[in-house]
Amino acid sequence: MQLNITTDKKYIISGIILIFFIVLIIKLFMLQIVEQSYKLSASNNVLRYIPQYPARGLIYDRKGNLIVYNQAAYDLMVVKNQVKAFDTTELAKILEIPPEQIKDGFIQIKKVKGYSPYKPSIFIKQISSKIYAVLQEKLYQFPGFEVHPRTLRSYPHKIAGHLLGYVGEVDDEIISKNPYYQLGDYIGINGLEKSYEKELRGVKGVSIYMVDVHNRIKGSYENGLYDSTAVVGKDIICGIDANLQEYGEKLMANKIGSIVAIEPKTGEVLAMVSSPSYDPELLVGRDRTTNYRLLQNDTLKPIFNRALMALYPPGSTFKIVNGLVGMQEGVVYPTTRYGCAGGYPIGRGVGCHNHPSPLSFTQAIQMSCNTYFCYVFRSIIDKPIFGSVENGFSDWKKHVESFGFGKKLGIDLPNELRGIVPSVNFYDRYFRKGGWNSLTIISLSIGQGELGTTPLQMANLAAVIANRGYYYSPHVVKEVKGTDGIDPKFTEKHYTTIDSTYFNYVVEGMDMAVNGGFGGTALIAALPKIRVCGKTGTAQNPHGADHSVFIAFAPKDDPKIAIAVYVENAGFGATWAAPIASLMIEKYLTDSIARPDLEKLMFEGKLLDRHANKK
Amino acid sequence: MQTRNSSWRGFDWITIFIYLALVFMGWLNIYAAVYSDAHSSILDFTQRYGMQLIWIVFALILALFVLLIDRRVYFVFAYLFYALAIVLLIVALLFGKVVNGAHSWLQIGSAGIQPAEFAKFATALAIAKLTNVYNFKILQPKSLLQIGFILFLPAIIILLQNDTGSAMVYAALILVLYREGLPNWIMLYFVLIVILFILVIIFSNATVLIFVFGLTMLLFAIFGNRLKEMLIYTLASTIIGIVLYYSIRYTGYSLSTTYIVLIAITIGIPVALIYAFFRRIRLIYYLSLFLIMNTAFTLSVDYIYHNVLATHQQKRINDLLGIEDDTQGWGYNVNQSKIAIGSGGFFGKGYLQGTQTKYNFVPEQSTDFIFCTVGEEWGFIGSLVVISLFLILLLRLIMIAERQREAFSRIYGYGVVSIIFFHVFVNIGMTIGLFPVIGIPLPFFSYGGSSLWAFTILLFIFIKLDSSRLG
Repeated sequence: MQLNITTDKKYIISGIILIFFIVLIIKLFMLQIVEQSYKLSASNNVLRYIPQYPARGLIYDRKGNLIVYNQAAYDLMVVKNQVKAFDTTELAKILEIPPEQIKDGFIQIKKVKGYSPYKPSIFIKQISSKIYAVLQEKLYQFPGFEVHPRTLRSYPHKIAGHLLGYVGEVDDEIISKNPYYQLGDYIGINGLEKSYEKELRGVKGVSIYMVDVHNRIKGSYENGLYDSTAVVGKDIICGIDANLQEYGEKLMANKIGSIVAIEPKTGEVLAMVSSPSYDPELLVGRDRTTNYRLLQNDTLKPIFNRALMALYPPGSTFKIVNGLVGMQEGVVYPTTRYGCAGGYPIGRGVGCHNHPSPLSFTQAIQMSCNTYFCYVFRSIIDKPIFGSVENGFSDWKKHVESFGFGKKLGIDLPNELRGIVPSVNFYDRYFRKGGWNSLTIISLSIGQGELGTTPLQMANLAAVIANRGYYYSPHVVKEVKGTDGIDPKFTEKHYTTIDSTYFNYVVEGMDMAVNGGFGGTALIAALPKIRVCGKTGTAQNPHGADHSVFIAFAPKDDPKIAIAVYVENAGFGATWAAPIASLMIEKYLTDSIARPDLEKLMFEGKLLDRHANKK
Repeated sequence: MQTRNSSWRGFDWITIFIYLALVFMGWLNIYAAVYSDAHSSILDFTQRYGMQLIWIVFALILALFVLLIDRRVYFVFAYLFYALAIVLLIVALLFGKVVNGAHSWLQIGSAGIQPAEFAKFATALAIAKLTNVYNFKILQPKSLLQIGFILFLPAIIILLQNDTGSAMVYAALILVLYREGLPNWIMLYFVLIVILFILVIIFSNATVLIFVFGLTMLLFAIFGNRLKEMLIYTLASTIIGIVLYYSIRYTGYSLSTTYIVLIAITIGIPVALIYAFFRRIRLIYYLSLFLIMNTAFTLSVDYIYHNVLATHQQKRINDLLGIEDDTQGWGYNVNQSKIAIGSGGFFGKGYLQGTQTKYNFVPEQSTDFIFCTVGEEWGFIGSLVVISLFLILLLRLIMIAERQREAFSRIYGYGVVSIIFFHVFVNIGMTIGLFPVIGIPLPFFSYGGSSLWAFTILLFIFIKLDSSRLG
């Protein structure tokens, strides 16, 4: 009996031991085979993915002048666990920051998502090369700190801020949308930097290292089998002429408005000025956010790219379009003459300025007769074959839109606006169905009323006329190096709905406006050896003084430049916009200025007060 | 000459082979754990794996020595060994070098030894000698007192050295006592105590007290076959508790729920005892005692946990029980250790390819956390092999113990089994998050002379005792 109990206990004890060991084995099974997350944790521990940042592509102008390049900068990183006591005042002195900021920095790094005391965190961003030179010598005094090289954009000419855009660090939203980007990466935020981000950024490389618990690199992972090298960003050649751009910005100094110049034969943008402009250097590096806020709070809205986003009425320049539509619809002929006794007499009437009467088509454009184009416009809308105002208007709208109005031209820059060309529906709502006719909307005949066009669309109109009937979508980039040409949409001709023969009469009118002597509205734009064709406009502005508008192209027979100039609140088109356009043309075509007095007048013109007065 | 030959043959070679295998695998894994390109020779004596080789050679010499000594020495001088171990423990406590917060090292020249390691086999010998007396009755108060003294004396000194892990090893010797006569219910009660301990830490006192009360009632219903009385009693106690709760709230005083439950239980016990006295139900006396003891235990565990245990011990227990999760702080070791073992997968990352251990993410990787290297580099297969070897060793030792004719050898054998079993389970358990982190080595595996030698002596004394069982 005694023996039995003890042998039983032998089995019980063996059983207990067996059960305990089975528990160990089950737990090991769970840990090593069922649960997969530990493998990932182990990789996270030991592998450091060190990104290799490629240099961002450079940007050149059409003549090969560098307009954007890279400049070295350094991010000061810190691995919290490796930091030993150090002289904070000394470090602050080297970095040229207040000593409190050092203490603050250690608090700040912990707030960053994914912070780990074992991994490098950005302590101070974008230290200049000058400070870096000093810091490098003394870095050994500050264990735990290290420096990662980065690049920042730099602008030798300090021009074309709106067009070039800027680069900034990615935020959480971008990271969550696009897995390419990681915390600390840069991305183009506006302008060319944004629309050509993929080409400019290149491809990041990565080196995978194995580190020990102290974050010391122990060697490369699998002998670099999974490493990839960075691919440098592609360089971009713009259609922009840096000298012209710079000149345009100078001309527009102290004025509000915009200049857009296009090469008609290609659609390449030669210059794109939005005034007031800003120095692109302001939006680089550490001070970007502060400066951006300052620019944003400026009442003159320097950040706002007027060339693409400001909607103005086209004013009298739009008579060209109405004239062409009229000829295409056969309601007006070159020989058609209308008398003008100071205005269009029907309905509420439209006033006109003093000029000889009656006028032919060409003369009407030369002298910008309001009355003439009121007749033309009504003849289009009320053309009997259409049967109704609505049909007539829709036909007119179709023609107008073929010039690129009321839709995006598709320029390779972000934030382009489509502009406004009203629709039948719009008027049906605005008045009531059947409650409007060609007379109600007579303002459209002289480019006023419910029209909204961007300076880019106006420059495109100039290009259409220069090309006698077609345009290429305006674009900034001429070539992305290392690729086969540009986007095919930029080499596709867009024809208007107007036969090209009719354009000659318009061109004649525009020629006469500049070079026609008596009665020409833009005589000030004439150049001695180059035949400039232009059309002035004075866009009525419900908020204040009229905007001065001018569109032109030159030379007449072989157009190399088409241009649109808007100067806000500057009155007649001939006063400011026409001379500025003329100087731009002269600068571009002759590379010199033969009219220093006019140039001086334009440089010194200060029209900002008009803007202030209107409020 | 004749005797000597037979004794060579009498050694249990299976045990010796397992021992050699474990020691050799331990050495390979220490090499992997400490491995660096700068010191890639496994015979580099500036490194731990080089040193371990020296410890192994000494251990083998020691083993040989242990086998050559006359077996009677272990019986005759058992108490002397025990006394010597106690003296060394006290010396270490008073004059020892502090390593990892424990006063457990004795410095001898440039080397150090840990008396706590050697105290284990000495205690096992002493227990064996004590219980070897003919007609020894373990359940007599005098016997229990003697056993308690022998077990608690070294355990308390080691506790004072601040080496909780090593002290806990002595609790494992309860297996020996069980084998030698402790009844089953004591073992079951021991298990209940452990469960209560865990419950107190996870749940509130009141909840555990209610659990204890409920358990008592359940036992009453089952063993007394008195379901009706049990239900009435339970209902009455519950009503007392609820009435108390609301009347106290009504008067505006606040009293913790623990006290309310406690008062309800306290009121109930005298009633139950009076009932038992008149109805002559003996079971109620036992159950009352059971209830009172468990209540006292619950409250004292709570008190000890919050007022006696050091913060790091609390944290380690919390971490294990999933109460707190702090992988950067207290839970760091276990978390990294689990990552190492878990990332090993089925086949492991391959020898010397364990990034967790090689690059020091796992702390104490050559000593207490040596099993991480096994798990990471050899995978589930390797872990299974190691655990199986230990299991075979333990079952083999039980078999050997049972074939002893002398109680002394058998009892000592169970001592060896208990000590090795406790070390293996707790050590591997803590690396995979089954047991709080208490720093005890994995027998034969972990780096360190003291530990290896002590386990070698422990095991080989038993092999020696066994070899001469027939002689």
